[in-house]
Amino acid sequence: MEGDEIMSLVPRTNTLEEKQYLLRYRADSQSHLHVLDNDVCATSCPDKLCTLFCPGEVYKWEGKRMSVGYEGCHECGSCRIGCPYENIKWEYPKGGHGIVFRLA
Amino acid sequence: MSEKFDAIVVGAGPAGTSAAYVMAKAGLNVLLIERGEYPGSKNVMGGVLYRHQMDEIIPGFYKEAPLERPIVEQRFWMMGEESVFTSGYKGLEWSKEPYNNFTVLRAKFDQWYANKAVEAGALLINETVVTECIVEDGRVIGVRTDRPDGDVYADVVVIADGVNSLLGKSLGFHKEFKPSDVALAVMEVIDLPAEKIEDRFNLEPNQGTTIEIFGDATKGILGTGFIYTNKESINIGVGATLSGMIKHRLRPYDLLDYLKSHPIVRPLIRGGEPAEYAAHLIPEGGYNAMPKIVGNGVVLVGDAGQMVNGIHREGSNMAMTAGRLAAETIILAKQANDFSENMLDTYRVRLLDSFVGRDLKKYKDATHTFETHPQYFNDYIPMINKAASQFFTIDGMPKKDKQQKIFRSLTEGKSKLGMVQDIYRAWKVMR
Repeated sequence: MEGDEIMSLVPRTNTLEEKQYLLRYRADSQSHLHVLDNDVCATSCPDKLCTLFCPGEVYKWEGKRMSVGYEGCHECGSCRIGCPYENIKWEYPKGGHGIVFRLA
Repeated sequence: MSEKFDAIVVGAGPAGTSAAYVMAKAGLNVLLIERGEYPGSKNVMGGVLYRHQMDEIIPGFYKEAPLERPIVEQRFWMMGEESVFTSGYKGLEWSKEPYNNFTVLRAKFDQWYANKAVEAGALLINETVVTECIVEDGRVIGVRTDRPDGDVYADVVVIADGVNSLLGKSLGFHKEFKPSDVALAVMEVIDLPAEKIEDRFNLEPNQGTTIEIFGDATKGILGTGFIYTNKESINIGVGATLSGMIKHRLRPYDLLDYLKSHPIVRPLIRGGEPAEYAAHLIPEGGYNAMPKIVGNGVVLVGDAGQMVNGIHREGSNMAMTAGRLAAETIILAKQANDFSENMLDTYRVRLLDSFVGRDLKKYKDATHTFETHPQYFNDYIPMINKAASQFFTIDGMPKKDKQQKIFRSLTEGKSKLGMVQDIYRAWKVMR
């Protein structure tokens, strides 16, 4: 069994949306994440891997383009390292912006 | 900000703050730059901090630092789908000074620690991103920040910008890390009253437990789950190599939910209120993935230099030692007024000679071996659970017959030579 197959059997303890609501974000007005070439996502990457492994579900495939919900980004760096086409430009949000962990 | 400092430290985590503290204490003029709202606001760690390396920097720090619980028991679980084979050690010598390790919440701890560096004389500036190092004639002479007129100069820059180390990369110290060099970890802090924690984990007040979970926690991909007890909350999380996540098309928060709902885990967190969810990368490439860590006017410390021992869940303690050794070298460099790579290389030599370098070297092939040989997680852990179940089930079969049956069922469908090879391979990378 792989990915979705295994996980379809998992009872949800809380949804990702509920998890994300536990966090405080000071979102900048501009994104610190950029998909460099949307065509690469459309044509070369059938699995759209970033939509799977991103822990904040920042990336969502909207049929023909990748939407980037940078406001919920954990700044972990997985998308930059994990994108097989190096198609994501990844920067830190402006000083003081982005996610604010209170505990962790 | 056109002032010139003796040293600029980028990143107020354990590595950077340790460096800043030691240098400031020796009278150097130190600037500590943090991109978060406060130190710790961007940091995530499962939650175990070892006492010894921090004690070398601030003796007796545990008397005043914001710590959760001293750990008196460390358990290891080899988890099956509805079972667990456990081992571990509980020692009450760890409940007394000077302690072995503690659970901590980083946002609290890092703020406190950075404040100690400020008390020692360092200047802390929050909410500031260092966008690049200023390089002149092949030497780092300062940093450019995202503040207006944000160039700052120093004799030496300490890069402590964490696992993603954009600065290390921009200096050419390393290429982009591979998905197999990093583990993606997600965790939740779950609020639970102290008495419930103490009942469920068999603890006295001000005692803590850690549980490392192998096997079913990651559905067989290379990684571990963990459960750590704080004062009035529990950290529960799971980390696996990013390459494993990609290969198996897994969502990290699905794995976390799987662990939380596992029948063996569920009773430990029942009734708890989720308080925070966090994700972070852990540099697990080890010795083989270590970047260059010294240049002219610059050194690299902590996660930025892949200084993590994933096998032993150590990292922040290694970061602290790296920060201290870097600082001690810079203090000598200041006396000699020589900040060349040649001079600063003392830091690299001392680091590699310390437990940090030696442990990284000892396990240099471990992560890669377990990544490329998934049978350790996929086959052997279920096998151990099955054997234990058969062994402890009393069903009228004489013990001798039972042992033979267990041995037969364990080796079923597996070549005995292959198993011997697996055992030898594991021994070789762990010895």
